[in-house]
Amino acid sequence: MARRLLTGIGIPILALFSALLLGSFVILSTGGGWDKVLTAYGAVVYGAFLKPRGFSETLLAMTPLILTGLAVALAFKAGLFNIGGEGQFLIGSLCSVWIGYHLTGLPGIVLVPLGLIAGMLGGAFWAAIAGYLKSRLGSHEVINTIMLNYIAFNLGDFLVNSRGPMNDPTSSVPRSPMIALSAHLPRLNPGSPSDRLHAGVIIALLATAVIWWLLYKTTLGFELRTTGANPDAARYAGMNARRNLVLAMALSGSLAGLAGAVEVQGLNFNVPAAVQSFSAGYGFDAIAVALLGHNHPFGVVPGAFLFGAMRTGADLLQLRTGVSRYVISIIQALVLLFAAAPAIVRWIYRIRAERRVEEAPLTRGWGA
Amino acid sequence: MLDTIVGLLASTVIAATPLALGAYCGIFCERSGVVNIGIEGMMLTAACISQIVAQYSGDLRLALLTGILTGGILAFIHAVISIRFKAEQIISGTVINILAVGLTGHLYQRYLAFSASPPQSPGTFPKVPIPLLQDIPILGPIFFQHQPIVYAMLILTFLTHFILFYTPWGLRTRAVGEHPRAADTVGINVYRVRYINVTLAGLIAGLAGCWFTLEWVGTFNLQMTSGKGFIALAAMIFGKWSPFGSFAAAVIFGFANALQINFQLNMPNIPYQFLTMAPYLLTMIVLAGVIGRAIPPAADGQPYEKG
Repeated sequence: MARRLLTGIGIPILALFSALLLGSFVILSTGGGWDKVLTAYGAVVYGAFLKPRGFSETLLAMTPLILTGLAVALAFKAGLFNIGGEGQFLIGSLCSVWIGYHLTGLPGIVLVPLGLIAGMLGGAFWAAIAGYLKSRLGSHEVINTIMLNYIAFNLGDFLVNSRGPMNDPTSSVPRSPMIALSAHLPRLNPGSPSDRLHAGVIIALLATAVIWWLLYKTTLGFELRTTGANPDAARYAGMNARRNLVLAMALSGSLAGLAGAVEVQGLNFNVPAAVQSFSAGYGFDAIAVALLGHNHPFGVVPGAFLFGAMRTGADLLQLRTGVSRYVISIIQALVLLFAAAPAIVRWIYRIRAERRVEEAPLTRGWGA
Repeated sequence: MLDTIVGLLASTVIAATPLALGAYCGIFCERSGVVNIGIEGMMLTAACISQIVAQYSGDLRLALLTGILTGGILAFIHAVISIRFKAEQIISGTVINILAVGLTGHLYQRYLAFSASPPQSPGTFPKVPIPLLQDIPILGPIFFQHQPIVYAMLILTFLTHFILFYTPWGLRTRAVGEHPRAADTVGINVYRVRYINVTLAGLIAGLAGCWFTLEWVGTFNLQMTSGKGFIALAAMIFGKWSPFGSFAAAVIFGFANALQINFQLNMPNIPYQFLTMAPYLLTMIVLAGVIGRAIPPAADGQPYEKG
């Protein structure tokens, strides 16, 4: 038991350590010695946790990663691969911003949840298209969610860019109008105006609990997991595979859409015409976060925290050492590699494998 | 009118090139049972490194070679992770994609960005019209007045088909992808077949990456592959893991792309965003209506455990 616990915590720590070690060779390759490596990692830690408001910014960066990570994890659990997080995020943010600047007369207690729900519905609808096409016509969700990403980028660009129907003509940068003040998510530390942390982080943590409950404590969750683990068994047991498929995609999309709505209502208050940089990289990062957390809702949170901290600390890394912030992406990739393929870590450190426990795979490739 | 159509079809072939090459990379991997969603990352890295070599050596051929090898090296890493360490292949591919974003961003800032004051780019490969063939009416301008990587793509279409379906190696590859246990029983080294296929496939992805910098633009931009590696996967599934099918899919996609550029120039009244989204929409419609269910090789994505 003690040994299992040791490898249970030990392997992720060794994974992180190995990634940092390999990353330090990249930093060394830019010239300078090990003191530069220490300065670099020190800067990341300082930037992400210690500097004033650093920790707030880390939590801020973690919030959309939790929600999009949950979206990917939920889909994986149901045997689906949702690469369309970015598109669903964007559609969600567009729906939320529309509500936020149209229904300005409503009080905050109505408008805030209305915007969030609109975002969820938007994301759910966008993902459900792929789910529906798969369930009815068998066309593959991996392709369709990718295609829907690009369609969403162009749609968003059309809507909020100059002369578009959702463009704010008074703004010098092309973007949507600002949402009403009453649509803003409350700040968690209103005393300090530069602390941008908002209630979105609480929403993300609540969503984690809800998704855990849904997956592990409800009939629907059981059906989704069964469909994901063994579609044939699910069918023989009389579960409605088609309905579950569309539902799983819609639920997954609603989480990504919620992430978009939270970004709009908590942080950005508008959607810029540079839509692709707005939803920047949440597609990739969400997949990584979900896999880091082994697709378990409670695993997604630490994964998102780690990636959020790295994203936040990266700026100071570049500022202090001149090493490009992209080194962080390299380290993130290595963390994912070592964490998701423990066999490599075991091989490096000569740790004997435990007796094999039959584990359901995290992903099922293109699976039929 | 005819000239416009011929011009359109010629740019279709050009636009289809990275997609078709990416798809062939996918075919070799997946026919041998290894899912590769890292094609995007392999292309991006190859594009970046080939451009660096092009600018610092001034030699486009050396750049091409390095770019191709870059794809091969990344694919070999993917192979080691998924074959030797039996990691899940979707994870390994995602790792390659994120790694590519970081690596190219890092290298770009260090060697190519304005602040690094890099040597000038030697430009792109010149067009090499094929003697005689280029004079064939209609077909000549469409197929035989291109830059070298386009020709390589056209040749690889036939070569991939020939290798897969008419050589012992192709038979072994397909056997390993469909039923590795059976292949093992008759003495085929499953691991070796997979290693070689995935690594060779990476060389093709590297070639596709070189197309972006050495043939299309002549400079490297961050994220310049913009999802083409994923669209190549779509073309592969679309074409049901066959070279000719994937080529057709890449051409449909390339055509929609060429058409929308043409429309943007000639019909400024239609918002360009709707034209840009057309190829993606078209892919979804064709996929839903015409192709239906696509069935991957039976052992695709499953690590092989020697019994």
